[in-house]
Parts: sequence; C-alpha cells; structure tokens
Amino acid sequence: MIAIIDYGAGNIKSLQFALSKLNMESCLTTDPEKIKDSKAIILPGVGAFKDAIASLNQLGLSEVLKKEAAKGKPLIGICLGMQLFYERSFEDGKWEGLGLVKGNVRRIPDSVKVPHIGWNNISAHTNSPLLKNINNGAYVYFVHSYAVNKYQNNTLIASTEYGGSIPAIVQQDNIVGMQFHPEKSGAVGLQLLQNLKEMIS
Amino acid sequence: MKMLAKRIIPCLDVDKGRVVKGKKFQNIRDVADPVELAKRYNEAGADELVFYDITASNEERNIFLDVVEKVASEVTIPFTVGGGIRTVEDIHKVLRSGADKVSINSAAVNNPDLIEEAALKFGSQCIVLSIDAKQNDKNQWEVYTNGGRYNTSMDAIDWAIQGEKLGAGEIVVNVIDTDGEKSGYNLELTKIIAESVNIPIVASGGAGQLEHFSQVLQPGYADAALAASVFHYEEISIPELKKHLADNGIDVRRDLSWK
Repeated sequence: MIAIIDYGAGNIKSLQFALSKLNMESCLTTDPEKIKDSKAIILPGVGAFKDAIASLNQLGLSEVLKKEAAKGKPLIGICLGMQLFYERSFEDGKWEGLGLVKGNVRRIPDSVKVPHIGWNNISAHTNSPLLKNINNGAYVYFVHSYAVNKYQNNTLIASTEYGGSIPAIVQQDNIVGMQFHPEKSGAVGLQLLQNLKEMIS
Repeated sequence: MKMLAKRIIPCLDVDKGRVVKGKKFQNIRDVADPVELAKRYNEAGADELVFYDITASNEERNIFLDVVEKVASEVTIPFTVGGGIRTVEDIHKVLRSGADKVSINSAAVNNPDLIEEAALKFGSQCIVLSIDAKQNDKNQWEVYTNGGRYNTSMDAIDWAIQGEKLGAGEIVVNVIDTDGEKSGYNLELTKIIAESVNIPIVASGGAGQLEHFSQVLQPGYADAALAASVFHYEEISIPELKKHLADNGIDVRRDLSWK
C-alpha cells in the first residue's frame, strides 16, 4: 500500500487514478499509523508552500515523514510535495521545509512567463533506473511558479530549461522528487510511475 | 533558446452530461459523450482539455461533477473546468473531483476577490481567468459575461492586467465576434493581452483551418490554442495539426517519447 498524504485541497484524485492504472494500491491518508505501515509514501503537490508545511506540522506529519525517510522508506514528492523536502522556500516570505534534502525553493525568474505551465522537455543527468524507457527530451507536464535551487548536483536526475535550468527529477537515496506531474504527463508520465513502482517493490 | 511547447486544447461544452457545440453561443446541438471524446483527444495527442459546464441548476451541477471524475479516471493529461464557478467551495469541489485548473469568467467580474482568494488558497497555477471579449464600434474590446449575453463595458485589456495582479495564473482570451465562425483567431487582441501580462495566454474563438493555429501560436501571441468544433466534427485531426505546427517551426509535443 502506498500512502498518499492528504493534507489539503487540490487534485489528488488524478494521481490515484494513474496509480490504479498501474495496479499500484494506494490510499489517501493523514493517519500516522497507516503511513508507518505503508510500503512507500507519496507527498503530492497542492496549494502554497506556507499552507502545506503548516498543515503537515499541525497534523504531526512532518516528524512522521522525517522518521520514515530516515528508515529508508521510499518517499516520493510531486510538484509542491518535492519542494517541501528542501530546507526552505521563499514563496511569499521565508518558510522552513522538511529539510530532508539540501537546497532552497525560489520563484522562477520573471524573464519568462510565470507560472511555468505546460509541456517541457527533460534531459537526463545520470543513468538512473527512474528514467528507464524514457527518451532524452521527453515531454512532461509542469505547473509551478517556484523551483528548487542551490541543490546538490549529485541529486539531480533530470532537468528542464525554463528561465534557466530547473531540477525536474531529483533523488537522494530513498527520496525522489518530481517537479512536474507524472500523473498528468500522458504515456511518458505513466512510464515514470511504472519506474517508481519498480523502485518501490 | 528552447521554448515551452505550444499547447493544443480541445474544448468541450457540457450540458446535462453531454458535449454540445453552438455558433456564437447560440443554436446549441448535441454532439457526444464527454468521457469518450476526452479519451479520444488524449490518445490523439491533445495537450490539455477544457470542460465548460453550460448548465445551471444544482442537480445538473452534480451530473457535471460525475463527468469530471470520470474524465480524470480516463485521461492522463491536464484539464480545466469552467462554468458556474462562483465560490471558493465550487473550486474546491471541481479540484477534488479531479480537475487540474478552474476557469472563472462571470463570477470574477462580479467578485474579483474570488480570483485573489482562490489563488491564495489553491495556487495561481490552477486559477484561469477566462475573458469573453467583443469589439465595440469605437474599436474598444469590452468584457461580456453570462455566456456573452451581458456587456460589462469593462475594458478587456485592463481586466486582463487586473486579473494577473489578483493572482490568475493563465488567461483565456475568447473573442465572441469570431467564436464559431471558423475565420481565424483574433490576432490583434491576443497580441495586445500577451504583451500586457506575463502569464500564459490561451487563444479561443474562431479556429477553422490549420493556418489559424500557426498564426495565433507565433512568438508574441498565444501560448496555447483552444478550439471545439474543428476537433469534434473531425475537420482537423490533432496529429495533422501538430505536424503542421512543427513544419512551421512551432515547438509542439509530438513524439510520445517511448524508446
């Protein structure tokens, strides 16, 4: 069972539908026990950083996520979920993140249209199994105004170009982040989720 | 410099659970099952979909939410829901049903705070401001609401600028004069609004031929092109359109990128 952390509004249903297409069993939950019993955890992307981290703290889930991650359980962050893994975000102020991965979250420069909405290419930086059957230059769907910077280079699996280089897929051991929405990225997205499935099992 | 791919967005007007298409918002007729059509567009390579609920009653609203959820279970591309969205709670409902974005039109004119509240709560990226515009005899672009029936006398360009400030993450520029006419998008208004804001612009109203898409997706105009009948009636196929755009130097998502 994959625990999808249900910490507020937003489109989580599409993620669940995509997982069930791949026969990946999941549940929406905020129950620490269910999260501890899960095989893997997905932290989805909804809303604003400040609200998201406040909800996680309020629900007592920040500590749960940190403990589970430390135990080596696969922890997957999608969009804002990935950003929450980092040390801090400068979205409408300055907010502490979970601090699982080194780096900051900053607004995409105004030299390009913000939000970054649409299909963009990803380029591989390593030979990761997460990119199995994915061509270099494959299109995935991005919807975000903030992006990770000052990250450690060895965590970068794939990047995209938009007002500079943006980390698209990152990995630090059992922690994986995707800035785009695999559940909304057509066949490519389903393959990426399939690759995650193989990593989890 | 590498650009973001330009998007092709089939638009589905849904009435009592069916997709309909009219001309200039009139003479609506039944076309197809929205879920089937959504699947077809997903497979054909559409980059995104838009569903407008053109019904009004609460009962019909629930039928529509079922459609949204069925679409979310069948397609793996993003989709926007519009029509009848008046409150933050309405937005919450469609997002929870599986929509990625909401498109707000009349309600934003009547209550601009809705855009601001919704953007703060759900993020700008899922709040689309849809503007129905029509040119008056002084060549000014005026904002219409209620499906093109009511002239607000607001200036469409000013409204787009204000919409961005309020937190809209994207603007649909729908030109009533050209809607359903198949004579091409209005390039003038699309360009003025694109130059006035720094958020993505979706052109709407008037697609009839391949060239209309390549015109409106040139640099400096729209980031995405929305159309309905040319796709519903299979006058233009999406793969053919994507090829035409690529041949004209416009970056589009074509290769599904399987090894």
